[in-house]
Amino acid sequence: MELLMAIVAGILFTAAIYLILSRSLIKVILGTGLLSHGAHLFILTMGGLGGSAPPVLIDGVTEFADPLPQALILTAIVISFGVTAFILVLAYRTYAVHKTDDLNSMKGNDEHD
Amino acid sequence: MINLLLFPIIIPFFFAIVLLFFKEQVRIQRILTVIGLSASIVAAFSLIMKVKQDGIQTLTLGSWPAPFGITMVSDMFSALLVTSTLVITLFVAIYSFSSIGEERERFFYYPAILFMITGVNGAFTTGDIFNMFVFFEVLLIASYLLIVLGGEKRQLRESIKYILVNVISSAFFVITIAYLYSIVGTLNMADIGQKIADIGQPGIVSVIGVLLLLVFGIKAGIFPLYFWMPGSYAAPPVPILALFGALLTKVGVYAITRTYTLFFVNDLAFTHTILMVLALLTIVAGCIGALAYFDLKQIIIYNILIAIGVILFGVSLMNEAGMQGAVFYLIHDMLIKGALFLIIGIMIHVTGTSNLREMGGLIKTHAPLGWLFLIAAFGLAGIPPLSGFVGKLLIVQGGFEHGQLFGTIVILLSSLIVLLSVIRIFIYAFWGEPVALQPTNRKTYKHMMFPTVILVALSVLYGVGTEWIFPYVSDAAHVLLDPSSYINAVLKE
Repeated sequence: MELLMAIVAGILFTAAIYLILSRSLIKVILGTGLLSHGAHLFILTMGGLGGSAPPVLIDGVTEFADPLPQALILTAIVISFGVTAFILVLAYRTYAVHKTDDLNSMKGNDEHD
Repeated sequence: MINLLLFPIIIPFFFAIVLLFFKEQVRIQRILTVIGLSASIVAAFSLIMKVKQDGIQTLTLGSWPAPFGITMVSDMFSALLVTSTLVITLFVAIYSFSSIGEERERFFYYPAILFMITGVNGAFTTGDIFNMFVFFEVLLIASYLLIVLGGEKRQLRESIKYILVNVISSAFFVITIAYLYSIVGTLNMADIGQKIADIGQPGIVSVIGVLLLLVFGIKAGIFPLYFWMPGSYAAPPVPILALFGALLTKVGVYAITRTYTLFFVNDLAFTHTILMVLALLTIVAGCIGALAYFDLKQIIIYNILIAIGVILFGVSLMNEAGMQGAVFYLIHDMLIKGALFLIIGIMIHVTGTSNLREMGGLIKTHAPLGWLFLIAAFGLAGIPPLSGFVGKLLIVQGGFEHGQLFGTIVILLSSLIVLLSVIRIFIYAFWGEPVALQPTNRKTYKHMMFPTVILVALSVLYGVGTEWIFPYVSDAAHVLLDPSSYINAVLKE
């Protein structure tokens, strides 16, 4: 099961990198979303999936799920949710001001020589 | 168990929340900001005294025993950094009163600063690797707001790059923590240090070391990862640039220093050689940039790179003189970079441009500014008895003790280039034929000079008063070089 999850995370990373390397701003942002999904899945997998029993409630359970990675993911998901919302708004403003969402036409240092 | 070490984090946080209710009353916002920062500074200084007297202070939140709960740890290194962060922020905030513009002040400029300080101080104080990620995000999200605040065309363009780079680096941080957790099964930094020492740092741990260097290196701006920094830092107004340049890069340096002295100490030949090589390359890249540009902001931004290289070189030596030098130079650099950015902010305000070619003869109209700049420039280059000298002397001493002749000579040569790059500013901007200046408000100029003068004076005092400050720095270096004292303070209460 861990192996399968690792492969899924790997596929998510692949898709994320493909999207991040594209020129369209909105695709890059979708890519960062997938990247953080991959990272969250990865953290769950690396903690070991364990068993299905709850960890603390019953005595003498050995095959329990590790609660810590779940707590970590919850925190990380909230953070990436907030950042993604912010960056989407920013992308819209940038598009409105620059009249383009092509990252190629946003490069360069105009003022200094 | 002591709550004191939470105050420098909680007080700015509390005041930031209160400020959100005074969106339109700029005057109240200013007063509350100064009160909040001053109160935090008092708390931070008493924290330094406490740490000096009683050793490392720890607090586990919720009173869960150490490796399970989130631990906050204040050793001398973090206490010193917390204090200098707050001091610099106070003066930058005062400087902003007359320079940032009311428009920005009404759009949550001060709350954003205070939230950022919460994150910075939290990252300095925390003893839990995932909690460090959370505090990194706190300071990053506040910095996203600060960098884009104002919404100018150039700011929007550069913010997008800044945010994308940092989002990707955050994802790497999460991945690295996942790797680390799968190997040592703990998140408490003291516990991680101990467990890695127990298993003797197999290859995979060194891989994690390099990954962490990648994550923190993007924030600190070390050699191949600094590409985003000159463009993004130059976009926002000068007070924000001063905060970013003085504080945010140093959080990355702190994190590298902490992990490379606490976790990855069993395979120095591999991890610390990489760190040393990257530090030297950072210095070279910074030197090239500092000489190549005619833009005030760019020159000082590339000087940040040089300083980061020097500090990390000191860290990578892992001997007493090198580590003391790195700690001393780190705080020196925070003060002097803050001061220099404020000075060039005044120069840009007076001349209306940041291009050196369009300046000249400022010494005739603004003599105090010229001398102030010269003092700060000498301090940056490390001319005794100013503050840059002692740190660099110790790092050079450490380098020779370690037998790193080549690297040490690079450090010494870089001082000359730093001097050249800032003297070039002095020659172009203050000497030569005076250019016609736009009439500017003399009162604004005076208000901007006030915090700048104090910050430069502090950096001079820091250099002249070395004898008095040195015991604190040597305490900090001592804990960094002896991870067991940190581990014992956290795990064996």
